Amino acid sequence: MTDLRVRIGTLTLENPVMPASGTFAEGLAQVADLNRLGALVTKTITRELRDGNPLPRVAETQDGMLNAIGIPSKGVPYFLEHTLPEMARWTPPLVVSISAPTIEGFADLAAAMTVPGVAAIEANISCPNIEEDGRAFAMTAGSTAAAVRAIRGATRLPVWAKLTPNTGDIADVAQAAEAEGADALVVANTILGMAIDLATFRPKLGNVMGGLSGPAIKPIVLRQVYQCARRVRVPVIGCGGISTAEDAAEYMLAGAAAVQVGTATFLHPTAMLAIIDGLAAFCAARNMRGVAELTGAMLREEADEAEVEWLGQP
Amino acid sequence: MTLPDATAPAPHADDDASLPPAARHTGAAAEQTATVIANAAVNAEYRHLVLHAAPPATGAAPGQFFQLLCPAPPGAAPFLRRPMSVYAADPAAREVAFLYKVAGAGTLGLAGLRPGEALDILGPLGRGFALDPAWRSIVAVGRGAGLATLGPLAQAARARGIGVTAVLSARRPDLVVSDALFRACGADVLAITDAEGTSGPIHVERLLRRLIAERRCDAFFTCGSARLLAVQQRLAREFGLPGQVALEQQMACGLGMCFCCVREFNVGGAVVHKRVCWDGPVFDIAEAMA
Repeated sequence: MTDLRVRIGTLTLENPVMPASGTFAEGLAQVADLNRLGALVTKTITRELRDGNPLPRVAETQDGMLNAIGIPSKGVPYFLEHTLPEMARWTPPLVVSISAPTIEGFADLAAAMTVPGVAAIEANISCPNIEEDGRAFAMTAGSTAAAVRAIRGATRLPVWAKLTPNTGDIADVAQAAEAEGADALVVANTILGMAIDLATFRPKLGNVMGGLSGPAIKPIVLRQVYQCARRVRVPVIGCGGISTAEDAAEYMLAGAAAVQVGTATFLHPTAMLAIIDGLAAFCAARNMRGVAELTGAMLREEADEAEVEWLGQP
Repeated sequence: MTLPDATAPAPHADDDASLPPAARHTGAAAEQTATVIANAAVNAEYRHLVLHAAPPATGAAPGQFFQLLCPAPPGAAPFLRRPMSVYAADPAAREVAFLYKVAGAGTLGLAGLRPGEALDILGPLGRGFALDPAWRSIVAVGRGAGLATLGPLAQAARARGIGVTAVLSARRPDLVVSDALFRACGADVLAITDAEGTSGPIHVERLLRRLIAERRCDAFFTCGSARLLAVQQRLAREFGLPGQVALEQQMACGLGMCFCCVREFNVGGAVVHKRVCWDGPVFDIAEAMA
């Protein structure tokens, strides 16, 4: 039997597979056993009451989808009275995803979520859909540092910073988050994109722009996980187009300690369970005792300079 | 054809009050590979897809829906599943059926399915119609694909001894679907069409007022037309009648997770967003906003 447990800072997860924020709610229990997941991650909540973006909120693309849901949120009291007790009925650790328009708002909400039943806070400093042109704290190392510092100071819970793939240098951002006390990094949120309906000349999303997810983005985010994991010591949680155990294994080889699965669940609601079983089989077939051995195990042969030196000779 | 149970409680609890202390996977819905038994045209626009399937799919209630992973037709690649309301569910025969019109890449892919081929279905999903055993007679008003959604309701009503008057609206008489199913259930069928000039709101209102006067309308059930919904909402308010409407919306997950299928509802004077896939697709007619 493969040991599927992984450590994310002080938390030990029964396996490395969890839902991506925004793609999971209690409705999944109609189809899948949530107690088999490594962790549960809530849809992002805000203190502000939010209706979300105008419709349409999703659009299909080649091997993926665009979404501009816009974080509908019923606020903190509703979350504490309804969502939290509902989620607390399941055994996996509960990770609460939070967002706020300001750094002070992030700190305030992190403090409000520091309650029994919450195992960690995922700071969604990267949603492309709530600020103009996809602006988010995680776009720059400076604003990431300021946000993570404030959240770190407001809670004793582990803080996971969810980064954006829409930045020029994600490794710099990752390093800034780690330096300010993030316990783990989630790499990454969706890639800002858009689509236009050629029959109507209208944008396919009510918000015009939205986040691209699904298999189409996997190579890009895999590269970003690799870049981040090389630069930081805290665990990196890979998230981007993972549909199969093979995708998850690839992310772990690139440096991820765990993975989040989102869009794949929309197509196959038991995708996460299949990925857990598939990872166990993947490791067993290679005589690996634990799935954690995969993390960062990509082999990269350094070119032997002595042997290739002659190529440069005239 | 076995009757779906329209009085069974919805597969998910309304709110948190009745939650058990420890949670379990409910199995109310499942993804499964069904096999195509038949997939033939019923008129110039609609096709009837019959699948061999297993529970829980075969226990689908009227008004519930499935998320179908449609095969890709040539030149297109539907990425997401397509929601489709159930037209028939038969646990004894292990069958589920759908009535659909080719409207895009997903349904075009469905149209190419041949008997013996496989289709990945997820369901049954959502909250279906609810029938009050105290009712003696109901009126079902539908148009287009909405007629398919209302079809199984007629069967469930008959099983409870509730009479049904079906007002079926279409562009032309040859495009009326579900009428045979309604008639087989003993329903009184009134077909109204654009071609005959009988489908306009004024005519429909006159017709519904007559049914109310004849005490044949203890409740309205409707699907497929915002215009017809508005007429029934007005009459329901005027005569204090209950009603239910099955609504459609673009969906991604079908399980209440992604919040892409929200619509606006008037709940006690306040406009609130509800998820069609999870809070519906059947809603109180008084709350729906056309």
